[in-house]
Amino acid sequence: MTTPALTIKNLAKTYGNGFQALKGISLDVQPGDFFALLGPNGAGKSTTIGVICSLVNKTGGEVSIFGHNIDTHFSAAKRMLGVVPQEFNFNQFELVEDVVMNQAGYYGLPRALAAERTEKYLRKLGLWEKRREAGRLLSGGMKRRLMIARALVHEPKLLILDEPTAGVDIELRRSMWEFLEEINAAGTTIILTTHYLEEAESLCRNIAIINQGEIVTNTSMRHLLAQLNKENFVLDVQETIIEAPTIQGYELKMLDEHSLEVEVEKGQSLNGLFTELSAANVNIVSMRNKSNRLEELFVSLVSNSNEGAAQ
Amino acid sequence: MKPVEQWISFCTIFRKEIRRFMRIWVQTLLPPAITMALYFVIFGTLIGSRIGEMGGFTYMQFVVPGLIMMSVLTNSYSNVVSSFYSAKFQHSIEELQVSPTPNYVILLGYMLGGVARGLAVGFIVTLLSLFFTSLEIHSLAITVSIVILTSVVFALAGFINAVFANSFDDISIVPTFVLTPLTYLGGVFYSINMLPEFWQGVSKLNPILYMVNVFRYGVLGVSDIDVAWAFAGVGVFVVVLFSVCLYLLNSGTRLRA
Repeated sequence: MTTPALTIKNLAKTYGNGFQALKGISLDVQPGDFFALLGPNGAGKSTTIGVICSLVNKTGGEVSIFGHNIDTHFSAAKRMLGVVPQEFNFNQFELVEDVVMNQAGYYGLPRALAAERTEKYLRKLGLWEKRREAGRLLSGGMKRRLMIARALVHEPKLLILDEPTAGVDIELRRSMWEFLEEINAAGTTIILTTHYLEEAESLCRNIAIINQGEIVTNTSMRHLLAQLNKENFVLDVQETIIEAPTIQGYELKMLDEHSLEVEVEKGQSLNGLFTELSAANVNIVSMRNKSNRLEELFVSLVSNSNEGAAQ
Repeated sequence: MKPVEQWISFCTIFRKEIRRFMRIWVQTLLPPAITMALYFVIFGTLIGSRIGEMGGFTYMQFVVPGLIMMSVLTNSYSNVVSSFYSAKFQHSIEELQVSPTPNYVILLGYMLGGVARGLAVGFIVTLLSLFFTSLEIHSLAITVSIVILTSVVFALAGFINAVFANSFDDISIVPTFVLTPLTYLGGVFYSINMLPEFWQGVSKLNPILYMVNVFRYGVLGVSDIDVAWAFAGVGVFVVVLFSVCLYLLNSGTRLRA
């Protein structure tokens, strides 16, 4: 049996003010996975990550990284782990290359190897030209990439990214996705938290949703998305329309004079819809999902969990 | 972590600390040099010439070891308190917390960074003092060992201050309201034998008195207190403060939520 990349058993955290951030969560992440840990603000995602990387003292439970308990096999566990936190947490006055070189040193990498890896990851992340600049002079996107380079310099087997693309423009976000897919394909297990659910849906194979310190769901992305019974599409219409056409078996709604919304049941064919629309002289020029599929499930699961907690 | 990896990690922290105070030498190395040069001119030359001898030496010879020691201990303290608090403030301390570096290595790195600045400033001030007086070292071993031990004590004290500090104000409170008065009353400018018996007793509660006197003994061969006891006291301080710092790091006090 393969040792999980990450094992969390009954993890609990109660802060000094009595706030119970984690209520005994359990989770396994398999080696090589690209795993999404999602949840609304204050759900417990960052606390979970904080405990895994020793920035938060847990009040109960166990955490192991590739079988190494973080309490009893501290050094071996940490060697396996790389973390990209949500907030910028490097010395803003240090040079870019020093930030990465120092981190390599903290993992005991000899200087020659540290220099080689620093160049490798700064080049991969497009920061090599900026290596002699102080970190504070970098743009927000570059600072995020610097933190990724720093987290990778000791080549961890498990990489945790806490909202790595927050505040990053779409072009840069997509290039970051490609980079993360590349290192995942090379064997690095990745755990990602994000508020961009499109990002989680396109990158991650497995998912856990956490809310109010409890795991609401923990399954494969495919299985989770299969739970979606209905999907809404927006149809862009060539002609100006006055009202939504009535077509049997489909519920159409007019959004504006050039767009319609249709709700389609799971497994329902769209061919009939297009035939009927064509017969009614309504020409569809483009079609898109009204909202992200994962977003719909996320909202539904979190609100169900909130209602359950309220009762 | 293997010993060789711990050594690499220690060297990384130590190198980073030295580069930090060298990068901002205008804030770290220059001010104590200017301040001490002014002390030498005002207290040593101008006022000192009217004071006459103290402990069998000119006032300038008497005051120089105390001023060197004063600059060593304040700079050792300042370096660690500002560097470690700054790392806390910017959250860059998390770089070390997530790494496999053991806490004692982190502590040694910061502590010896502080010692390095203390000794660098001490060296600069000693060179400056040679423009005003001649220094004939009575015992090099005692001089060097007490200056290093004192530097260690104050670097560790600075570390504790940084751990508990919540703002930049908090890192200047102890130096201003505790360290400076203790230093001025620690026999830097006078021999405690000049004080009434009661105040001599009170002065002996001040740990800085012992450090300054041992250093003065190392340089001039005269001291107000027993050198062996002073060494023992400073040694106890080193062990106690190191243990407290390590406990704070291990427990994550003010460092982990």
